[in-house]
Amino acid sequence: MDKILEVKDLHVTFSTYGGTVKAVRGVNFYLNKGETLAIVGESGCGKSVTSNAIMRLIPEPPGKISNGSIIFKNKELTTLSEKEMRSIRGVDISMIFQDPMTALNPTLTIGTQLMEGLQQHQQITGDQAKSKAIEMMNLVGIPNPAERLKQYPHQFSGGMRQRIVIAMALICKPELLIADEPTTALDVTIQAQILELFNEIQEVTGVSIILITHDLGVVAKIADRIAVMYAGKIIEVGTKREIFYQTQHPYTKGLLHSVPRLDLQGEKLTPIDGTPPDLFSPPQGCPFTARCPLAMEVCDKVYPVTTERSDSHKVDCWMQDDRAKQLLATSAEK
Amino acid sequence: MLRYILKRLLIMVITLWIIVTLTFILMVSIPGSPFNSERGTNEAVQANLEAHYNLDEPYVIQYFLYLKSIVTFDFGPSIKQPSQTVNDMLGRGFPISFELGIITIIVAVISGVTLGIFAALKHNKVIDYMAMGFAVLGISIPNFVLATLLIQQLAVNYELFPVARWLSPAHMILPVTALATGPMAIIARLTRSTMLEVLTQDYIKMARAKGLSPWKIVIKHALKNALMPVVTIMGTLLAGILTGTFVIEKIFAVPGMGKYFVESINQRDYPVIMGTTVFYSAFLIIMLFLVDLAYGILDPRIKLHKKGGE
Ligand SMILES: Nc1ncnc2c1ncn2[C@@H]1O[C@H](COP(=O)(O)OP(=O)(O)OP(=O)(O)O)[C@@H](O)[C@H]1O
Ligand SMILES: [Mg+2]
Repeated sequence: MDKILEVKDLHVTFSTYGGTVKAVRGVNFYLNKGETLAIVGESGCGKSVTSNAIMRLIPEPPGKISNGSIIFKNKELTTLSEKEMRSIRGVDISMIFQDPMTALNPTLTIGTQLMEGLQQHQQITGDQAKSKAIEMMNLVGIPNPAERLKQYPHQFSGGMRQRIVIAMALICKPELLIADEPTTALDVTIQAQILELFNEIQEVTGVSIILITHDLGVVAKIADRIAVMYAGKIIEVGTKREIFYQTQHPYTKGLLHSVPRLDLQGEKLTPIDGTPPDLFSPPQGCPFTARCPLAMEVCDKVYPVTTERSDSHKVDCWMQDDRAKQLLATSAEK
Repeated sequence: MLRYILKRLLIMVITLWIIVTLTFILMVSIPGSPFNSERGTNEAVQANLEAHYNLDEPYVIQYFLYLKSIVTFDFGPSIKQPSQTVNDMLGRGFPISFELGIITIIVAVISGVTLGIFAALKHNKVIDYMAMGFAVLGISIPNFVLATLLIQQLAVNYELFPVARWLSPAHMILPVTALATGPMAIIARLTRSTMLEVLTQDYIKMARAKGLSPWKIVIKHALKNALMPVVTIMGTLLAGILTGTFVIEKIFAVPGMGKYFVESINQRDYPVIMGTTVFYSAFLIIMLFLVDLAYGILDPRIKLHKKGGE
């Protein structure tokens, strides 16, 4: 399959008064054409920073992509000028933010905000832009599009606004859509509708999606592959099946056990104790050591090598080492 | 919309009536009359004069006569300078005061907003610190002090500008600077702080994610939102500039309405007091109304009418 995006060894830091925050510390992943990759993880693990880095929207200063490469359709994004980057934003890569209540400008009509992206990047007349906007409103399921283009954001409900934001992101037919917690601010029934909309849109347009969330229910619905992030690193990545049914990393297991699941009724919910490490001075070993029920001495000292369990399934954990497995097996026998 | 405007007009008329009434009460309660000045007029003559101007009538009658003069907008001649009617004075003074006021507002808004935007865009850089230092100075120095300083330095010492009077654009520079600096500083600080807040909003990030250029984002997305608080304080600033014109006109010998206003009070020139007060109040009330309309146009969430919406 064609890789549309490949992120290699991405490092992002923020210089603050208190020191340097190492928010993203060597992230590797790729995205195939037309697939949905979910990035999950606790609050503060660097999901948003990773996605902003792909868009080159990290505020500089204080932020900085200090190392690594982001290759989008064979083009290296990290070295592009701001101007070159502007011709990619909204056209090739689009982004959707968490809160639809604040993502729309309250003083401009929906129509203006929908069409300005088009008018920025394409030579088209006002009428063409308008019919394009109406087409997009239809695609995301907003009734009476022609009428509603003239209205302002406050005249729409939260779910409707998120639909508009999605229409806005898709109007230039981007090949990659990054959705940063697109349903977190919505109530449950609306959430389901919006997720359904993502599926439909992907079928119609073939857009590749990076979906950022900390809601595993969302992931189960629409992701093809899942990357689990912890303290600025991706600690396990695999297909949806692999992550849900052949879970390897203790952190991933912890995540799965901390949400209610219909297929595991009767099992107790167990939250993960403790908090993620301080990103000012992250530990040199595995950052999950302090909270890990299986932690060994080596975990604290050396970051685990990546184990490839299959073409798609990769885990950063010392428990994948054969010697650790043997030890575990013998201790189980006793 | 029409209903809103009609309602506002009615409220404006009532406001004006209250001002007129209060002015009348103040006028009759200040001791003194236009005629018993130091010169010591003959009592018979004084009585005659008072009768001529209806000042011997009971207050109620006088009050209604005043109301009538306001409604017909005919305040009659000045008592002190009987060769001139109040309308003559307004006609001569107002265009000059208006010119001073309008130029001041335009200068204050344009320079204040520009300064505020640059300070916000260069947040925590040298430009920001300089602009805000300048703004603090501008707010803390009263306009009459600034006016005297400007005259002493730029007009007397360096002879760059005329000392006083209102004859050419060069004459306007110092009075406008003195009057505009305070409001400009207030506008600059307000624009900066709201701009800083607006720039962190999600819709600005969204606009960047659409690939819009930085200037388009500032002009189209940020500015309108950042200007809303500025429009809100415009009313207060207008009132400040209006009263400021009295002082500045006096210092720079500008022959505007301020002169008539201040002199008429000192001399108890009742028709002129009434005329200028009514005129100033009406003007300010209308300006405030326009500010409100502008606010409704800028912010679609404020509905001036019942139509539309969900
Ligand atoms: N502008 C910034 N300045 C300093 N530190 C920052 C900045 N932006 C992000 N960080 C830090 O980077 C780390 C990762 O933040 P990020 O927003 O990516 O988390 P997240 O995984 O998206 O969390 P959430 O689920 O809460 O959105 C955090 O520790 C945060 O403090
Ligand atoms: Mg986030």
